[in-house]
Amino acid sequence: MAELVSLREAVAELVHDGDTVALEGFTHLIPYAAGHELVRQGRRDLTLVRMTPDVIYDQLIGMGCARKLVFSWGGNPGVGSLRRFRDAVENGWPAPLELEEHSHAEMAAAYAAGAANLPFGVLRAEARDGLARIACPFTGEELAAVRALRPDVGIVHAQRADRSGNVQLWGIVGVQREVVLASRRSLVTVEEVVEELEPVPGAAVLPHWVVTAVAEVPRGAHPSYAHGYYERDNAFYRAWDEIAADRDRFGAWMRENVLSA
Amino acid sequence: MAVAAARRVRDGDVVFVGIGLPSTACNLARRTHAPGCVLVYESGTIGAKPTRLPLSIGDGELAETADLVVSVPELFAYWLQGGRIDVGFLGAAQIDRFANLNSTVIGDYDRPRVRLPGAGGAPEIARHCREVVVVMRHAPRAFVERLDFRTSSGERVTAVITDLGVLEPDPATRELVLTELQPGATVEAARAATGWPLRVAPAVRRCDPPTAAELAALHALEAA
Repeated sequence: MAELVSLREAVAELVHDGDTVALEGFTHLIPYAAGHELVRQGRRDLTLVRMTPDVIYDQLIGMGCARKLVFSWGGNPGVGSLRRFRDAVENGWPAPLELEEHSHAEMAAAYAAGAANLPFGVLRAEARDGLARIACPFTGEELAAVRALRPDVGIVHAQRADRSGNVQLWGIVGVQREVVLASRRSLVTVEEVVEELEPVPGAAVLPHWVVTAVAEVPRGAHPSYAHGYYERDNAFYRAWDEIAADRDRFGAWMRENVLSA
Repeated sequence: MAVAAARRVRDGDVVFVGIGLPSTACNLARRTHAPGCVLVYESGTIGAKPTRLPLSIGDGELAETADLVVSVPELFAYWLQGGRIDVGFLGAAQIDRFANLNSTVIGDYDRPRVRLPGAGGAPEIARHCREVVVVMRHAPRAFVERLDFRTSSGERVTAVITDLGVLEPDPATRELVLTELQPGATVEAARAATGWPLRVAPAVRRCDPPTAAELAALHALEAA
């Protein structure tokens, strides 16, 4: 388990057309480099899953990689909307995008259920699309059920791993652990591979035997941040609004900065 | 608006904070009359004490200064659904007279005129916080007779803070009633900015203007 490979090999091996892929990060440790590799390898027809799709999802959607999006909040935090996401939903460009929409609480519960090998998560929520009504078998109280999320591939970024592929991440860990544990196959990109993982207060560890592949990708979260390594590139997020506003400008930017990289 | 929203936070309140104005308001409250309030961000940072306004809910300083950082599933289950949050702040693109909110679509769901970001934490914040304060700019395209989509319920909303004043729900009917006006705002302006026949309290209070201390704290936060 936890093969140390190049990012290119990992994506080629683990992600296939038509897969359900979750690239997770809650503002922090967003796996941009991995997302870019999906674009470079021309993956198509993906069901993309993410609680908070941001610029990397705008890019994947705009490049036609996605058939469907499972999400709860899609925007460019602090800046505005995701132009390519909106173009796909409002105008079907570059292709129609099917949406499966949830709340944060639903998706969090769905990932946790997937990680726990359960078919659904339970929460207190009012009746709405995508949720089923259930009654507590002990008290009869009415609750809501959300189908578990079990992606084909879970991709996250972390600060470091050791040579055996044990992964360590700290700061805002979001839903990273759940997504790795809920997915059939997982890829963790890391800032660095070290000889030994020094303990860090509050750090989460994913042991090598629950991770499929680890790839060393320094700055693999840029323009998002990696706590202890580099800050969020807020200027990039702001600049993205204009880059993505125009289809041709977007395409040119992607060719220049992602496809030819 | 930030000052009016900040005043809704009582000292010791546990507050669920979103980005933008609510974050400014809660940090302002912590610097002024509510030093004991606890800031909870949906990124999992509980008891964050940032020295400057975070640009996003996932800012590194929130994690560094927090009493504890938990996973997002834990945050929504143990802390929000678990009933441990006193006040939640929400904003939206549209609001109706019962403080139901829309942050999903303008137009039809299947082919919207404008696709908005979506629900995020809103449905559960609206349902599980002991009370909810909405902060929005007062305009007819936001304050609508009928929402294009119902993202969250107004059941626990206790106040809607706008740039014109404050609306509070009628205890019996839950319909929003204008109860306060910001300095310089008028009832006529509030009515004109509302897309339904706005109910107005018999004696509308005038919001106290921001104090020197509140303004100083706000400027310090914004300049940091």
